[in-house]
Amino acid sequence: MNYAVETKDLTRIFRVKKRRRRRSESKGSEQDVTALKDVNLRIEEGELFGLLGPNGAGKTTLIKILCTLLLPTSGKAYVAGNDVEKDPYPIRRIINMVSGGETSGYGLLTTRENLWMFSQFYGIPSKEAKKRIDEMLEAFGIWDKRNAKVRTLSTGERQKANVIRGFMTDPSIIFLDEPTLGLDVNASRTIRKFISDWVRETSGRTVLLTTHYMMEADELCDRLAIIDEGGIVACDTPRNLKKTVSKASSLMFEADYLRDPDKLKGIEGIQNFTYKHNGQMNRTLLTFIVEDESAVADIVSRIVEQGAKIHSLEKREPTLEDVFVSLVGKGLA
Amino acid sequence: MKEYLLLNLRALKGRAYPRVVGGTRELSWIFFDTILPLLTVAAYVFVYQYLGSLAQGPQKEYIGQFVGYVILGGAMTAYWMNVLWSMAAQFYWEKEIGNLQLYMIAPMSRMAVLGGMAVGGMFYTTVRAVSTIVIGVLIFGVTFSLGPPIYLILVFLLTLIALYGMGMLFASLYMLYGREAWHTSSLLTEPIYLVSGFYFPVKYMGAIVAVSASIIPITLGLDALRQLMFTETAGIHGFLPVEVELVALAVLSVLFLFLARHSLRFMENLGRKTGRLTMRWQ
Ligand SMILES: Nc1ncnc2c1ncn2[C@@H]1O[C@H](COP(=O)(O)OP(=O)(O)OP(=O)(O)O)[C@@H](O)[C@H]1O
Ligand SMILES: [Mg+2]
Repeated sequence: MNYAVETKDLTRIFRVKKRRRRRSESKGSEQDVTALKDVNLRIEEGELFGLLGPNGAGKTTLIKILCTLLLPTSGKAYVAGNDVEKDPYPIRRIINMVSGGETSGYGLLTTRENLWMFSQFYGIPSKEAKKRIDEMLEAFGIWDKRNAKVRTLSTGERQKANVIRGFMTDPSIIFLDEPTLGLDVNASRTIRKFISDWVRETSGRTVLLTTHYMMEADELCDRLAIIDEGGIVACDTPRNLKKTVSKASSLMFEADYLRDPDKLKGIEGIQNFTYKHNGQMNRTLLTFIVEDESAVADIVSRIVEQGAKIHSLEKREPTLEDVFVSLVGKGLA
Repeated sequence: MKEYLLLNLRALKGRAYPRVVGGTRELSWIFFDTILPLLTVAAYVFVYQYLGSLAQGPQKEYIGQFVGYVILGGAMTAYWMNVLWSMAAQFYWEKEIGNLQLYMIAPMSRMAVLGGMAVGGMFYTTVRAVSTIVIGVLIFGVTFSLGPPIYLILVFLLTLIALYGMGMLFASLYMLYGREAWHTSSLLTEPIYLVSGFYFPVKYMGAIVAVSASIIPITLGLDALRQLMFTETAGIHGFLPVEVELVALAVLSVLFLFLARHSLRFMENLGRKTGRLTMRWQ
């Protein structure tokens, strides 16, 4: 059986030409950006798969390659068994893509007309297309905007229309690049629920979704790959990923403002550590992931050494955020 | 095969739609697309009328005939502008808006999208062309003496096919190069008006310029149309025999469609390789 998506040592390097500054530099120098490096990924049919990573990790680059918009620099990528480089056509027939913040279509068309136009690019008979569009407008709660010009829609309404654009062609594999970017809780929830219902409704449907919202990844995805600086650092179910840090525990301290929290880094037994200053309250929030809770004593004494008082200490169940921090060494937000 | 054809016809219809609807929703085009271009044409007509009043004998007659030629040239300008700005350059806008990548991931042929733009724009272009001719007849008293209609239709259709084929070729450049290609379009506006004989018969540019300009389908198309719409003066001002021009237009049609197809494919692959296909703000 073919995987819905498979990559083998997939690498993408962007050549960035620097403009000549001075005459004496006769040629513009070139600088390479490695957006993806030896990525090996297998996504099975029917999976709702998530890619989680910070800005610039390479998520969009990977999606573009799989959507046949970009070629690999080296390595291979297959979508439903078709090589993205050699066989883009059969891929295009069965995929679609939606990205967050996209402004597609023509402003002077209505929501419905725009969607109809895109349906024609997939050869869907008009009548069938209109039926699907109307059903989906209803499902997303923007039926009353069906005859509004697209340029008058709010961000959330437009993004719902974009999501409809992606799903109305009934793709076997859909790529969603941060589909809930910038949306409020309700709009995000509607979209998330639609995605998870859709993939379960009929077998053989696959979703590849990128996000940097932890909750979204945790709640929605069957499996997750954590990607950082172009490489996959972990790939498993959200549950198993959380288990990897569950031996460790997560400790949150709220202390007086610490001038030099980085000094706490060297303490033995700490797997990872992040902090945030709250200037208004004049406090510092510290999160430690510790393998051994006996490290607590050390932490406390080091904080006190800096002349700060500890106001609260809390122990949490591990979250995906902790997994991320322990793997990547920095927080997502 | 049949399915693929149907898909592309639907795609063409889909992309033509915003053009057609756009025209009815924003009426400013009536002014910009019909009244403004007439001013240039009118300027030439006045110049010819003035020169005509100074000249004598056969020259006076020739100059009088040029009035009709300019009107026809003005009418065909509409199609040239439609190809340059509403089709070829359109890929630049589509990329900026973010539509281009959605076109690219769709299973349709890229030529269907471009064809949709062409067909969608055709109606308004034709309105503009016809209004130029009507004004020529009503205000400047141009009279036509038409040749065989079958030739007229053939010349007109082949000119359009070759012209839009050429536009598709340009579109492939816009797919990757934004502003650089933009300059090409500007370059192809006024200079082309001159060498293609929009304002006077191309014959008088001299054989070398006329032959070189013939690579642009509008040159021969316009010359043949003038010979077929002003049959009495065809022998005097015509560049080549209409039959020859017809064959040349057919060759250009095939050539440009062939080149466009390959160039679109080539540029798309180049874009996928360099990453420029989806890069905005160039
Ligand atoms: N066309 C391009 N030319 C040069 N560099 C590029 C290009 N596209 C992406 N990059 C670089 O590749 C890296 C990965 O970018 P990518 O857009 O894939 O990140 P991302 O994970 O989607 O980030 P975000 O969360 O911000 O959307 C970045 O360093 C980016 O600057
Ligand atoms: Mg991205």
